[in-house]
Amino acid sequence: MNLLLIAVISIAVSAGVILLLSKDIFRIVMGLAILAVAANLVIFIGGRPDGVVPAVIQHGGSILPVEAASPLPQALVLTAIVIGFALLVFALVLAAALTQRLGHADVSAYSESEPRHEKNDKSGKPPVMEAE
Amino acid sequence: MEILVLFLLPLITSLLSLFVRGRLLLVVNLTSSFGLLIAAMQLVISVIESGPQSLLFGNWPFPIGIEFYVDGISALLVLLISLVYAVVIVFMLYWQNVRETASYFPLLQLLVTSAIAVSMAADLFNLYVWFELMLIAVMGLLILGNGLRYNEAAIKYFSVSMIGTLLMLAAIGLIHGAVGQLNFSALHEITQDTETGEQISLFSGLLLLALLLKIGAFPLFAWLPAAYHTLPTPVLALVGGLLTKISVYVILRISGQVLELGAFYDALGWLAVVTMLSGVLGAAYHWDLRRILAFHIVSQVGFLMLGVALASPEGTTGTAFFLYHNILVKTNLFLLAGMIYLAAGHYDLRQIGGLFSARPLLAFMFFISAISLVGVPPSSGFWGKLLIIQETLKQQYYWWAAAALITGLLTLYSMSKIWLEGFWKPHPDPNKTVAGIPFAVNASVLLLTLLILYVGLYPNSVIAFLQAQQSAFYGGQI
Repeated sequence: MNLLLIAVISIAVSAGVILLLSKDIFRIVMGLAILAVAANLVIFIGGRPDGVVPAVIQHGGSILPVEAASPLPQALVLTAIVIGFALLVFALVLAAALTQRLGHADVSAYSESEPRHEKNDKSGKPPVMEAE
Repeated sequence: MEILVLFLLPLITSLLSLFVRGRLLLVVNLTSSFGLLIAAMQLVISVIESGPQSLLFGNWPFPIGIEFYVDGISALLVLLISLVYAVVIVFMLYWQNVRETASYFPLLQLLVTSAIAVSMAADLFNLYVWFELMLIAVMGLLILGNGLRYNEAAIKYFSVSMIGTLLMLAAIGLIHGAVGQLNFSALHEITQDTETGEQISLFSGLLLLALLLKIGAFPLFAWLPAAYHTLPTPVLALVGGLLTKISVYVILRISGQVLELGAFYDALGWLAVVTMLSGVLGAAYHWDLRRILAFHIVSQVGFLMLGVALASPEGTTGTAFFLYHNILVKTNLFLLAGMIYLAAGHYDLRQIGGLFSARPLLAFMFFISAISLVGVPPSSGFWGKLLIIQETLKQQYYWWAAAALITGLLTLYSMSKIWLEGFWKPHPDPNKTVAGIPFAVNASVLLLTLLILYVGLYPNSVIAFLQAQQSAFYGGQI
């Protein structure tokens, strides 16, 4: 079980990083989504998913016995999934809006928020950015 | 009790702001921000009178319950958050048309809620949730401008912050998997045992990396000056004044009282040096007020990292003092940039001028804030830098101290650039009339300026308070 989870996590992280390195905005957002899955699995594996005894803390103690699966990571993962999903949807809408306005999805050509230096501008100073 | 009020009040106001319109919206937000200020003062008084306050939700016993914990250092931080927030709200009332800025209020309240909750959280996962809320609030604020540049800024901010958030989540999961605890004091007890501390030091390092991304440390700071300057200036003042500083506070707390970061302090110190220098050099290049100040955030954060890297109670006093000073001064400078825009009509230093003769009060307030940022004695920045550099020299990190001093000089360069171009030089367009600044804006910014002046002239009250609190850091008893 653990070995399988570790394999899945490493594949997910590699896929996520490869997508993140792309210049296409949608690939970047999907890369983040896959990385989020990997992070959730990391928490999940921290809860010892192959536990064999009931998850009950002994009287007077404060930590679960080592053989028990901790139920807390599942609650944590649930919270993280909810937040991650909301952010993913928001980012996708944002990416769609940007692509629609610009007509392309190339992040290296984003220059509206940080205006580029004109080629024939010899002053060595940054371009003036008008306030809106 | 105060703890509950402190984050429920802005949270409820945030929801309420969605449903009320017009004048009522302003009344609700003003009342709530002043109520918050009073609650924060009450919190500081209770901490002084009866020591650290703690709140465990749902009456669950320690360490199972989710805990909020406030000691002197976080109580003062909460007070400052609510103070700058009240000033920013007053500024917002006079910023453009209220109809246009109405949608900012719920998100501003949410931002303050999460900022306060992050500074009070005493549980790693709870910390993560509030951090995430902070990210969501800032994302919302960035996107409200509804133009191409706002969308670009938001997506840049999102992509980088999200990576930080995921690293943080993974680190928290790994730490919990290794030791079975999330509560700060429980973690502290466990990591006191050197063997366990070393075992999870890799995970602690991962958490540190995530936080470094959030504070904008070298080489992970590119998102900060790329996104911040698109915000409306009062909002920018709040975001730029608070966000990175709260994350630095979290690093300070975690390094001093929660996890064992011993393996990373040297690296953190050198990163601090590069962060300081790259931030201040970036600022030297720019001519837009907002971008200059955004790059200065990076260099100030480097200075705070240096304080954390010293990892000693004295270093903690210096870092906390510098943190408070920086929240006040940074917010004030951004607000002043907004006032310069209101008066002269532009943020770019090449397009403005002549403010010294036209607006002497504005010039006075800028002068005080600028020399505090540079650290000219006797200003609040001077005492913060003095405390940190003294401790650096005591620990014999001479290169770090030298870099801190050079950063101070370069900061002086960009502040004098603003002073010469914006205030002394005549306006490039001789027919341009300088516009008036509303009285309430002047009064509230003047209040912050006088507070900065006061802290500079009488630093001992704050330093003595912090010295009484710092004993709990780096191995001391809580």
